[in-house]
Amino acid sequence: MIRVARVRVLVVRAAGINCEQETLHGWRLAGAQADLVHVRQLIEAPAMLNGVQVLTIPGGFSYGDDIAAGRILAAKFQRSLLDLLHEFVAAEKILLGICNGFQVLVQMGLLPGGDLGSGRVSLATNGSGRYEDRWVILKISVSRCPFLKEGTQFELPVGHGEGRLVVDDEKTLVSLHKNGHVALQYVGNDNGSAAYPANPNGSADDIAGLVDDTGRVLGLMPHPDRFLHHTQHPLWTRRSSDARPDGLTLFRSAVESLA
Amino acid sequence: MDQDNHANYWQVLISPRNASLDARGQGALDEIHGLGLDHITRVRAERLYFLLADLSEAQVHAVGAELLTDHVTETCSCRPGLTERAQNGAVVEVHYLPGVMNTAALSTRAAINELLASRGDSQRVAEVRTAWRYEIDGAKCVADLEKIAGRVLANGCIERAIVNGFDRHDELPGTFPQARLSSFELKSVPLCGLDDAGLTTLSRQGHLFLSLAEMQAIRTYFQKLGKEPTDLELETIAQTWSEHCGHKTLKSEVTYRGPGFGSDQPVEVHYDNLLVDTIVKATNELDRDWCLSVFVDNAGVITFDDEHGVAFKVETHNHPSAIEPYGGAATGIGGCIRDIMGCGLGAKPVASTDVFCFAPPDYPKEKLPKGVLHPRRTFAGVVRGVRDYGNRMGIPTVNGAIHFDERYLANPLVFCGCVGIIPRNRIDKIPQRGDRVVLVGGQTGRDGIHGATFSSAELTETHADEFSHAVQIGNPIEEKKVLDGLLRARDAGDCLFTAVTDCGAGGLSSAVGEMAETLGAVVNLEKVPLKYAGLSYEEIWISEAQERMVLSVPPENLEAVITIFAEEEVEATDIGEFTGDGKLHLRFNGVTVGELDTQFLHGGLPKQRREAVWVPPPAKPRPAMSLVGQDLTERLYAELSDPDAASKEWVIRQYDHEVQGGSVIKPLVGPGSGPSDAAVVRPRLDSDRGIALACGLASDLSDIDPYWMAIASIDESVRNVTCIGGDPQRTAILDNFCWGSVSDAQAMGTLVRACQGAYDAASAYGLPFISGKDSLNNQFTQDPTEAKRLGISALISIPNTLLISAISVLADVNRCISSDFKQAGNRIVLIQPAGMGFNLEAAHVVHLRVKEAISSGSVLAAHDVSEGGFAATVAEMCIGGSVGATLDLTAILSSELRTYHGLPSNSKDRDTVAASLFGPRMTAYCLEVIGDADIPGAVLLGHVADSGLLGVTSQGTELISAPVDQLARSWKEPFAQGPGGDSRG
Repeated sequence: MIRVARVRVLVVRAAGINCEQETLHGWRLAGAQADLVHVRQLIEAPAMLNGVQVLTIPGGFSYGDDIAAGRILAAKFQRSLLDLLHEFVAAEKILLGICNGFQVLVQMGLLPGGDLGSGRVSLATNGSGRYEDRWVILKISVSRCPFLKEGTQFELPVGHGEGRLVVDDEKTLVSLHKNGHVALQYVGNDNGSAAYPANPNGSADDIAGLVDDTGRVLGLMPHPDRFLHHTQHPLWTRRSSDARPDGLTLFRSAVESLA
Repeated sequence: MDQDNHANYWQVLISPRNASLDARGQGALDEIHGLGLDHITRVRAERLYFLLADLSEAQVHAVGAELLTDHVTETCSCRPGLTERAQNGAVVEVHYLPGVMNTAALSTRAAINELLASRGDSQRVAEVRTAWRYEIDGAKCVADLEKIAGRVLANGCIERAIVNGFDRHDELPGTFPQARLSSFELKSVPLCGLDDAGLTTLSRQGHLFLSLAEMQAIRTYFQKLGKEPTDLELETIAQTWSEHCGHKTLKSEVTYRGPGFGSDQPVEVHYDNLLVDTIVKATNELDRDWCLSVFVDNAGVITFDDEHGVAFKVETHNHPSAIEPYGGAATGIGGCIRDIMGCGLGAKPVASTDVFCFAPPDYPKEKLPKGVLHPRRTFAGVVRGVRDYGNRMGIPTVNGAIHFDERYLANPLVFCGCVGIIPRNRIDKIPQRGDRVVLVGGQTGRDGIHGATFSSAELTETHADEFSHAVQIGNPIEEKKVLDGLLRARDAGDCLFTAVTDCGAGGLSSAVGEMAETLGAVVNLEKVPLKYAGLSYEEIWISEAQERMVLSVPPENLEAVITIFAEEEVEATDIGEFTGDGKLHLRFNGVTVGELDTQFLHGGLPKQRREAVWVPPPAKPRPAMSLVGQDLTERLYAELSDPDAASKEWVIRQYDHEVQGGSVIKPLVGPGSGPSDAAVVRPRLDSDRGIALACGLASDLSDIDPYWMAIASIDESVRNVTCIGGDPQRTAILDNFCWGSVSDAQAMGTLVRACQGAYDAASAYGLPFISGKDSLNNQFTQDPTEAKRLGISALISIPNTLLISAISVLADVNRCISSDFKQAGNRIVLIQPAGMGFNLEAAHVVHLRVKEAISSGSVLAAHDVSEGGFAATVAEMCIGGSVGATLDLTAILSSELRTYHGLPSNSKDRDTVAASLFGPRMTAYCLEVIGDADIPGAVLLGHVADSGLLGVTSQGTELISAPVDQLARSWKEPFAQGPGGDSRG
């Protein structure tokens, strides 16, 4: 029998990160060999990234989101691991940030990255002014992400207080679209533009997730880690259990793109 | 360090770039408008960081720009000193009071110092303080600013408002406040020579809240020893013997004289121990083999699967939430989560529940007593507190209820529950002689002194001043780190420690006191890590600083335990030893400051003997039934928008109910987001087993008979669990008694009747109690003249409230159902006990039949009948399913009322029909049934319909015709904008 090397994934944990178990579970269900690593260990021994194909920063409230959401964890990465992360992505590997992880990637300047650099995009307090947990419909708006299929739609829950994508000016928004950084957008029930609550936080142009120039750094506010089992869908008691949960599809596609 | 050297202080001001990015300012403005100050036009909120550090201007700018500012949304300005700020118009600044926990300041200091280190700078920031600055436009006078400062922006218990505008010019603090230093002084309390009057005075003035008999027992103990107690010894006894820790009323010996239980015949019943002879007795008699640990630990534990148990605990945090709703509720849920973490050798929290009782949000402002917060503010603050703590810990808040009654005005009830999963080989814990006493978690400060005794006190208009020190501020991230470390230490080898408990009410005093009950311990109080220097030994011992736990660690594992916690960035400190000499020995820098026999401490509390009587209150006509002439469709809308019944979506969506990935039945169900009866979680990601959580609360019945209140609460909780597919035979329950007072025999009578009702229902339904808690002093007294002026009672006592929380383990979550109607054409049936009157056996049969029907797969939706009767139940099922229904009442009316003939042609008949539709029923369910499945005892009500209407007829005449979207609006509108959105007029 031929032994196929399994895709290796690290899920970063830190004080206040709290979605690490379900994120780990998602990668494992998708067939990857996934492990947890504390950001402190990663800083102490960056060589542990050798042989790893996916690094994931999961959701939570890293360091209490004190100062701003994701700021302190981003500062730790930026200070000790930024060059390494650039190399990691350049080597055709995947960097995924979910919810708080997305906020960290934006704070670090890895998203949107490229010509837009950092400090042009931010994730601000929701338009409603409060934390919201609800399900949303998303459409994939990008072609260069190796594990997202442009034009498809899926459903995931959001759970955040600071997920409103804001830009420094309109030109940045145009560039985000033109340069293909807009990975995911909230859509309304009728496929139209998404008014609240379909766009749960008031994000500019209903943007729910971004990719960098390579398409291999993806950050998104919705939680694929919360839709791995059909009973997680809010309407599962009235649906067939045959369809693969959309969150699991995302993890599978990522693993398949690397296999 | 030279505090007066101006250059050592820096301030960094972070401002929003524009109003649309100023969520905090906008939120404050909304609340200000809620106060009626509509002329305020704008609030701009800015963040202030104050640094104590010997930095250059360039360094401070780097800190501001690289760390503290979001350049897309904010601008930053830095200045030396603490006081120089542009003064434009009216400004209120809100600073923390000295010594109040400020977690953001701590993490900011750490982050700044990491930044400085990475720049190669040698300087470090010694201390950070933070504040908020609010520019307020449109105020007409200083009173506006003061009202805004006091009612919206700051809570005087923990914060100070600095107001500048009009003719008021508060000075900005020019230096950081220094904590008060206590110099060491061993204090003893003269007690042995006091007479009874002196003992009573000492108990009151020392805030001990002990009875004369208890004070006498203490006097006898110290007289025998031939010494006076130290302040610490007396305080330790008071904490241990407090109602909060000792449950002495429920455990008292009681003789009850009054009407029988379920009959009017007078009876005399004697209870040796009220709790043991009712609640505990039910559990013991049922003797379920799936009950793994009951009434002995922080939480009750039942079987989850072959390897795991599930622990459940519900706590109240009423008094702290009355004074500071945000901090009180946050530390309430935080404390309950720690109870689960401290259950056995550590359970992993997987779900939280919360139930609140408030005065109605539209309570008239002019009738608010001094020192009492408006219920809208309490409501909003409590929800934010639960949200921020639960969400940040990463524990889903999945189930709850909110109940309104004016009598909760000064004594809101905040019930916090938590569920955890624990390996079955980690349930037993016993500290061993020679184990080290290890304190883990946050540092100790002056927060929350006297919480345990405070919770046993009656509130008055001065409570906010007198007990502000009892307010605690939570730090959920610290608790999450403690949890991560604790579970690692639990799972290392055979577990690195022998026992654990949390520091809750009473702090170290009760945590160490409890763990040392049999062995005794020596504790070196100077080893406890402090937030700031200068705490006295007594403050260290009784501080209720949050996020701390005590472990007993065999000496050989000490290093490994300290290392694991250090890796999680948590302090673990060896502060003493479990000795085995039966003495609790407390030292401070080598000096003995307290020594108590643990036998006396835990066994010396004199048993209370109480008389109980009960005279039924005069029968009052139920106002809900006076419906003469009312249109039935309008009545249905009114039932749905009743505050108790109305949708709490505004609250629910602020709680993360899906973190951990175990959500199965959510709090809102169906395409129309209708109400769910119970929540279901799947706590192990690799298993399809689940846990259903539900509650029952019927405090309205307490005014009629607490016996029936207890039964109704239990019945409601079991209905809720059964509705989602739970098995009532595999369900356990928890009790939380919140009483107004238990000071006299009639009040004791109400407690006895509730306990007996709990026993009778639990026994008949086969539901073991596994854990419980009580809070028996929930009344408020104020000056009678002032009360008269306000037109309210001088003594406000809450309605006696028994919360029942139910937990049921499900073999397969895939078999759960939800309450939303699924498919037009399906039958809708009502099932309830046959015959007149209520009996527990008949009700039990109904619960089992519903369970059987759901198990058989023939039921697609089930919802229990509660407030608003079955009309409201069916309406809610329509709302959830976004689908109509057609009901024909001919059958049910003829079966319920033999004398009923014809149509409701006069008012009396209309009352009869309304009573059938909207009347409360003790045990009843509505079910959506597929095909022609037969459900014994069920009465056909009608069918699910595609019409988009809920139509009700009887013998061909239309009684109700309501579009489902209008039903949904009635149900959703009252709280759509939060507690301030009550639009009922």
